[in-house]
Amino acid sequence: MPPPLQAHRLLISHRRLPTPARRRFTAVSSLQSAPATTLAPGPATSSILSIRESLLSGERTAADITSEYLSRLRRTEPSVRSFIHVADAAAEREAEELDRRIASGEKDAVGPLAGVLVGVKDNLCTKNMPSTGGSRILDGYRPAYDATAVRRLREAGAIVVGKTNLDEFGMGSTTEGSAFQVTTNPWDDSRVPGGSSGGSASAVSARQCVVSLGSDTGGSVRQPASFCGVVGLKPTYGRVSRFGLMAYASSLDVVGCFGSSVFDTATILSVVAGHDKMDSTSSSQDVPDYTSKLVSLDLLESKPLNGLRIGIIQETLGEGVDTGVVSSIKGAASHLEQLGSVVDEVSLPSFSLGLPAYYILASSEASSNLSRYDGIRYGRQVSANDLNEIYGESRASGLGHEVKMRILMGTYALSAGYYDAYYKRAQQVRTLVKESFKNALEKYDILISPAAPSAAYKIGEKINDPLAMYAGDIMTVNVNLAGLPALVVPCGFVEGGPVGLPVGLQMIGSPFSEGSLLRVGHIFEQTLQNFSFVPPLLAER
Amino acid sequence: MALTLLRGMRTPVSLRSNTGLFFNVLRPRLSHFTTRAESAQATEPKAVPKSIQLATKEAAEQKTQGFEAIIGIETHVQLSTVTKAFCSCPYDYGSQPNSTICPTCMGHPGTLPVLNEKVVECAVKLGLALNCEISMTSKFDRKQYFYPDLPKGYQISQFDIPIAKKGYVDLDLPVEFGGGHRKFGITRVHMEEDAGKLLHSESGSYSQVDLNRAGVPLLEIVSEPDMRTGIEAAEYGAELQRIVRYLGVSNGNMQEGSLRCDVNVSVRPVGQSEFGTKVEIKNMNSFSEINRAIDYEISRQIMLHKEGQADQIVQETRLWDESSQKTFTMRKKEGLADYRYFPEPDLPEVVLTTDYIDEISKSMPELPEASVAHFFDSTLEHGADAKLACNWIMSDIAAYLKNEKLSIHETKLTPLELSELIASIKNGTISGKIGKEILFELIAKGGTVKGVIEEKDLVQIADPAAIEAMVDKVIADNPKQLEQYRAGKTKLQGFFAGQVMKTSKGKANPVLLNKSLERS
Repeated sequence: MPPPLQAHRLLISHRRLPTPARRRFTAVSSLQSAPATTLAPGPATSSILSIRESLLSGERTAADITSEYLSRLRRTEPSVRSFIHVADAAAEREAEELDRRIASGEKDAVGPLAGVLVGVKDNLCTKNMPSTGGSRILDGYRPAYDATAVRRLREAGAIVVGKTNLDEFGMGSTTEGSAFQVTTNPWDDSRVPGGSSGGSASAVSARQCVVSLGSDTGGSVRQPASFCGVVGLKPTYGRVSRFGLMAYASSLDVVGCFGSSVFDTATILSVVAGHDKMDSTSSSQDVPDYTSKLVSLDLLESKPLNGLRIGIIQETLGEGVDTGVVSSIKGAASHLEQLGSVVDEVSLPSFSLGLPAYYILASSEASSNLSRYDGIRYGRQVSANDLNEIYGESRASGLGHEVKMRILMGTYALSAGYYDAYYKRAQQVRTLVKESFKNALEKYDILISPAAPSAAYKIGEKINDPLAMYAGDIMTVNVNLAGLPALVVPCGFVEGGPVGLPVGLQMIGSPFSEGSLLRVGHIFEQTLQNFSFVPPLLAER
Repeated sequence: MALTLLRGMRTPVSLRSNTGLFFNVLRPRLSHFTTRAESAQATEPKAVPKSIQLATKEAAEQKTQGFEAIIGIETHVQLSTVTKAFCSCPYDYGSQPNSTICPTCMGHPGTLPVLNEKVVECAVKLGLALNCEISMTSKFDRKQYFYPDLPKGYQISQFDIPIAKKGYVDLDLPVEFGGGHRKFGITRVHMEEDAGKLLHSESGSYSQVDLNRAGVPLLEIVSEPDMRTGIEAAEYGAELQRIVRYLGVSNGNMQEGSLRCDVNVSVRPVGQSEFGTKVEIKNMNSFSEINRAIDYEISRQIMLHKEGQADQIVQETRLWDESSQKTFTMRKKEGLADYRYFPEPDLPEVVLTTDYIDEISKSMPELPEASVAHFFDSTLEHGADAKLACNWIMSDIAAYLKNEKLSIHETKLTPLELSELIASIKNGTISGKIGKEILFELIAKGGTVKGVIEEKDLVQIADPAAIEAMVDKVIADNPKQLEQYRAGKTKLQGFFAGQVMKTSKGKANPVLLNKSLERS
């Protein structure tokens, strides 16, 4: 669903706008100023549109674009380590094929994502390409089919450049839980990129690919987006098919999108969203073109968010939240006010109950979903003398520590005699959480909060303190319990690392309100001055 | 035990799903294959008489004095849907191992179940036929355990809200067993998926997994503990088989495992209100085996009671052994298995509307009276195809009986001749149309299918040359129509076919006839 080309031009021309047009929106002065990088500060532009434009005009070939990204990938990958598997040869081949089709004047050769390099989280199945879920137990496993989201990207012309790193089966918040490698944050290589979709976030942040797919069960797209300074979207539960996503917690899992701009994120959502007969929990609600309401800066009125009611969640700005993060979010709130919206504090009384309920429900479902990794039909199988030993040894050596812990917790919570006290109770809390969001979203169009209580922390800092790591999910898990959509947009910086560390603003909406979240996020992004969310890594040459 | 581990397939399995390979796993050290000897056989009744049915019945009567047996049955019925319950694989009994499998029924990462709506339809049909309350909203749950034939590590089943519950079956016991009317309660009917099969190598060093059956839809029917004797249980099973066949939801074939009965038996002194310790019996391949197995088990348990060894009756699963006519311990139950049921998050609730149920109810064949049911059974015993037999009985024969206000025994038709008739149509000796003619002849006058065919010279003309000759003649006799036909009025092919049928008195094989006409 590509938007009409006219609109593309408008967006790309942002930077050429006369300054007065932009001066109406001034960034909050109390915020720490942007890092001094070689890239000029200014609103993010759509890479997908510029790729499309250069392909259509013949200015650049798909091979040129691919080689630009691949060479950056090769340069940055040794320090970032976003990818478990890089399909560079296949990507080059596909780009050449695309160029041939364009050259031969083939109609429809330039699909909506033609020549766009995407990174795919390794818990999404890719046909004939390794798909490990970050686990040893699936080392060498190559699925026989593409996940629906991946298939739709490919059908739109996207080129899968590789499989990104993650915490094993999505269980973790740092990507340190991968069985294969530790990914670093492009803003500071001593820090984590967040998780579990850390590889997908760092790959977009380091511009190793244009956009990427992740998955979000308790914040796994939004928290790394915040840590890496990119846009991350967790769609409504059921908006994107889960077919081909290795299940962690089926009632919470959602396939999400990363981009370096809101426009790019909206573009891939338009492609991957929609009903899928292979996933009975996918919604048959119509999929709009999420980019069609994204208006370029020069067409915006002076108060584009007039009439928008925004609630800032009280419970997310209190104790335990980094002061730098709080002031970034407050700064973002006043920026939203300047744009015409009304921002009030709102209390969600059940907010603090969400975290324990989440860990019970997610672990319970995980204990069941991961039973299939038994070494019998595929994946790692240990040679043993009897059946129990095959199961035991294959799983003991194939699954990592965090995964085993969650399987144990979940098995316990579902056991006879404990079910009512844990699983059932957690479901009741889930209902409360849903209710309290519903009430708040009747009063407010959008709720805002930080995406994480802090910016990216050091590698190893929380590795031996799982409770501290779990607590970091407080900002995001409630949204999964309620099944709501949420968009994270970079909004500022806190001290740390060579040039400061990015902070993301989380915007939460009613079910299937991705369109309005993206519209607000886009206006926010386009009017946010003096920040550049291009990491220093890219300026180091 | 084996040293090496064979595994047929590792990667993109579905890409070569027709190679017929097995997944090999080590043979599990399962106690139930090796512990036969340890069951308490010392107290067996001495004689297992030759005429077992009669003898066990007598035995049961003598020995039950002072005791009463409580019997409940769990029946698994495999549905004859075109595709499996949660994926689009077909299932054909006896096909090459691992030839009807896909990533979904193999439990590959990322796959999701999608409910086959026919399964719901079958469940509602059976629920209605068993006089059950149908749940307007039910859901699926996961029953979790590890076994190599269970690809996902859990079985999709229904736990606390089955699709149908609180029903009953009415039946009449055969006269030779004393007759009498019985009403047995149905606790519940629920939908679930079947597991694959393990095949153990002869050497015992490894086992192989065939996943063809994994994901095939089942209905589990749980009875109330309302039966008291083997014959009651066997008749209950036979009635269920008739019902599923009539409804067309299953072929009900016990040998192929399409209908499997697990029986729970306990005994208690008459007058005692609480149940005795129950024992589960499996591995009965016919209703007569069910009858004998239960009566054997009842006597075994009563004997233990009488000998003051009631504590030897333990919660266990026993296997019926047809050759020795005894039950043997398969595995002792160590406490209650914890299946950690929880709601299946991959499937939405099953919500039915009254319109939907009414629609199904209307489409259901009326269940036959007992006499017709027995007629149907014996027709099948003569080898008739269940579906065809059901069609004949429920349509033409039923209509005739209704018109003439007769019961089936008052006609001259026998089950043997009906099965002959069905076979004659199936093998092409006569056409379906002529079959009907013969049927009414048989009902009214009796006789045999062969006799009527010969008498009336009704054998279908299936000799292409003979048909060709008739076609040529008809064409020659109708030059006008031929001209029109050649001018493009192709509808006239029907006219020519009609003429040939007329000449042949309806005996020309229609398929051959049309072929011949097309050539001409």
